[in-house]
Amino acid sequence: MELLSVHNLNKKYEKFALKNVSFSLEKGYIMGFVGRNGAGKTTTLKTMLNLVHADGGTVSFLGKDYFSDELACKQKIGLMFGDIFYYPKQRLRTITNVVKRFYNEWDDAAYEGYLARFDLDPEKKVEKLSTGMKVKYSLALALSHHAQLLILDEPTSGLDPVSRDDMLELFQELIEGGETSILFSTQITSDLEKCADFITYIKDGAIIASTEKDEFLDSYKILKGSGERLTNDLRHKLIGCKENSLGFSGLVKTTDLRGSTGLEVSAADIESIMIYYEKGRAE
Amino acid sequence: MNIIISNTSDKPIYQQIFEQVSAQIVKGELERDFCLPPIRTVAKQLRISVITVKKAWEELEHRGFIYTMVGKGCFVAPLLPGERASKRDELVAEKLKKDIEYYKGLGLTLPELIELIRRYYGS
Repeated sequence: MELLSVHNLNKKYEKFALKNVSFSLEKGYIMGFVGRNGAGKTTTLKTMLNLVHADGGTVSFLGKDYFSDELACKQKIGLMFGDIFYYPKQRLRTITNVVKRFYNEWDDAAYEGYLARFDLDPEKKVEKLSTGMKVKYSLALALSHHAQLLILDEPTSGLDPVSRDDMLELFQELIEGGETSILFSTQITSDLEKCADFITYIKDGAIIASTEKDEFLDSYKILKGSGERLTNDLRHKLIGCKENSLGFSGLVKTTDLRGSTGLEVSAADIESIMIYYEKGRAE
Repeated sequence: MNIIISNTSDKPIYQQIFEQVSAQIVKGELERDFCLPPIRTVAKQLRISVITVKKAWEELEHRGFIYTMVGKGCFVAPLLPGERASKRDELVAEKLKKDIEYYKGLGLTLPELIELIRRYYGS
């Protein structure tokens, strides 16, 4: 069942614009949101949540129109943005007591559970927390009111590999019941390689792809070969091409692969798809 | 039921799952009507996407290794010993055909190939 649907979202700034951003997410899945710095990930998340006003487009959540029913929708959404700062001189306990009052379904037991799981001391002051601890605290706040959709902006950045692994395990636990979905943006594409069901890729404010991860990965291949094999026809098909005296490598749509016998074809991962895409089509 | 995923293999993960579970079924290690764990639990335990597991289960069902009871889960199909053997042969044929292509590409004749299989079968 559809949980979230973003349709033709537009937001214009002086030097940047979101262009008809559309994607949707069903209940019980993890969607990874990728793109370069400045591609529009955070702007998309903020616009769809009405933290900044959209110039056009609709967002529906659990069948409701988000923009006209924002308060009710937010009760069911857990948010975590990397650039939210808490009062540095306050204790976690104090901040939590403020936040929890906004949520009808705040669950103290769940919150205590996350504090214990993340090894957080509620008596600590925010300024005493490490970067990773701050991320974990934000997550504990986002997870403790039975949200059905978690929107997490770079939740794993700043975490050590062990904590990141714990976090991904937690994400999979959260969606196991099939009711909760997670939309998270990240630069650490290997995290998505493991657990994401869907990938949405944004470039210069426009969605390049929003599809099942396996399908996304299967639709591209990396081609390598010696320089003389790089014909004009082939060059035209390549999305991003790196050439040097030893040969060339480029990304190609799997559907364009025919006729490239004799070239080295290998599977593409999210990172390489992004890198070649951002280098643009070869001239 | 055992599933071991290799992240370095060229084989897609759903294919690895399909091969391992179907092998356990044709060998009779998983008995008829054995209830497979829920897709979401498998995904969590293997640390892979829900959709990948779903795809493997769908392939298993499509090929007649398991059946689904709505609301209850997936179960190992009740195969007669003869059916198990023919399903095993199907799997073998698929793999063999691919391998034989490769050997033909290397110029091996059938007697040469059989000789090599004899030599290495036990090792």
